[in-house]
Amino acid sequence: MLGLSPAEWTAIELSLRIAVVATACALPFGIAIGWLLARKEFWGKTLVDGIVYLPLVLPPVVTGYLLLISFGRRGPIGAFLADQLGIIFSFRWTGAALSCGIMGFPLMVRPIRLALEAIDRRLEEAASTLGAGRALVFLTITLPLALPGIIAGVVLCFARALGEFGATITFVSNIPGETQTISAAIYTLLQVPDGDAAAARLVLIAICIAFAALMASEWFARRAGMRFQGE
Amino acid sequence: MLAVDVAKRLGAFQLDARFEAASGVTALFGPSGAGKTTLVNIIAGLLAPDRGSITLDDTVLFDAAAGINLPPHRRGIGYVFQEGRLFPHLSVRQNLDYGRRMSGHPSDADAFARVAALLNIGHLLDRRPRMLSGGERQRVAIGRALLMRPRLLLLDEPLASLDAGHKREILPHLLRLRDDSAVPMVYVSHIAAEVRRIATRIVRLDHGRVVGEGGPELLEDADVYVPE
Repeated sequence: MLGLSPAEWTAIELSLRIAVVATACALPFGIAIGWLLARKEFWGKTLVDGIVYLPLVLPPVVTGYLLLISFGRRGPIGAFLADQLGIIFSFRWTGAALSCGIMGFPLMVRPIRLALEAIDRRLEEAASTLGAGRALVFLTITLPLALPGIIAGVVLCFARALGEFGATITFVSNIPGETQTISAAIYTLLQVPDGDAAAARLVLIAICIAFAALMASEWFARRAGMRFQGE
Repeated sequence: MLAVDVAKRLGAFQLDARFEAASGVTALFGPSGAGKTTLVNIIAGLLAPDRGSITLDDTVLFDAAAGINLPPHRRGIGYVFQEGRLFPHLSVRQNLDYGRRMSGHPSDADAFARVAALLNIGHLLDRRPRMLSGGERQRVAIGRALLMRPRLLLLDEPLASLDAGHKREILPHLLRLRDDSAVPMVYVSHIAAEVRRIATRIVRLDHGRVVGEGGPELLEDADVYVPE
């Protein structure tokens, strides 16, 4: 179909898997950090704020390098995770998911934080007088009201993860079948003399995936918005 | 029986109030800034007083000396807010059902139908709060608080955000509520005419202090408080 080679299919499948896993793993942290930044005052908040947004302003190669020296096989965190829990990031697709998740994280946190800040706290008070404890208030009132922001954060993070190149290639290299995503495959194809046609096919695929993700988010956002608008 | 004896400082404002409320409707009556809303927020558990105690029947809700402060969700006190505060992402039916679900009571279709009929909101159940008029919203808010089966119902100026027509629409429902249900109520208002019609007992509040207690006759001369 589409005249794609098995290697190209692998790159597409890998890209989607990495982006989905990166976004799904980032989401709980995104909600937690968004909530912390929106609702809590604590010592070092400015620092946390800065660290969260750092991947947005740092050159991706720098982020990738920092990941390499901390999460690599010999890095302090990487060595601990590998020895104690058997989780290995370096030169694995899981490492690509990690770098994509970190690169997408600031884009995910921002809309979630803004949505949480916009919620009328008096509704949460009302829920507590109706018998809901803090966890139930969060699940039944706070989260649903923040849903449009959460959807926006998920879409932005997913898009960033899908297109991530610099940090990923620095951290986990460009291994076909393991860490070679669509972006990395296009880059590789453009380095060889007769790769243009294959690169063009992958470019088309990348456009289609991005467009489909955008449409899906639009649909979700409209559904979430409709819940506030009446019947 | 609700017994309140609390003090709370908020900036330059000092609340220092002591009163009791038995069955029927106890009105907290006084001008704006007298501390009425602060006091009901303290009773509901949304605000912790600096000192004192609050008991409801034989339950200690708050006792500064003993370090007791039950959170709002464990007080079993219904609260009708001035602005309704319906949940915009839930239908009227889900709003009404919220308190029952959160308190873990089993579904009770009879109670639901009774409250819906009492407040005449049966035809609104599938709507979203945004689609309701101010009066309808406030009736749903009263129903929502009633359906959690409260041991006490707090109403903070439930008519204040409504125009004259909607006020006339709600008041009969409140009178029926007072006469039909056994739930004691604390009713906050700064409008003498309103309080005279609904209250069985009146606690007058001014500058954070109780300045008078008694029956409706307490307000014979109270028309000095002109609604803003």
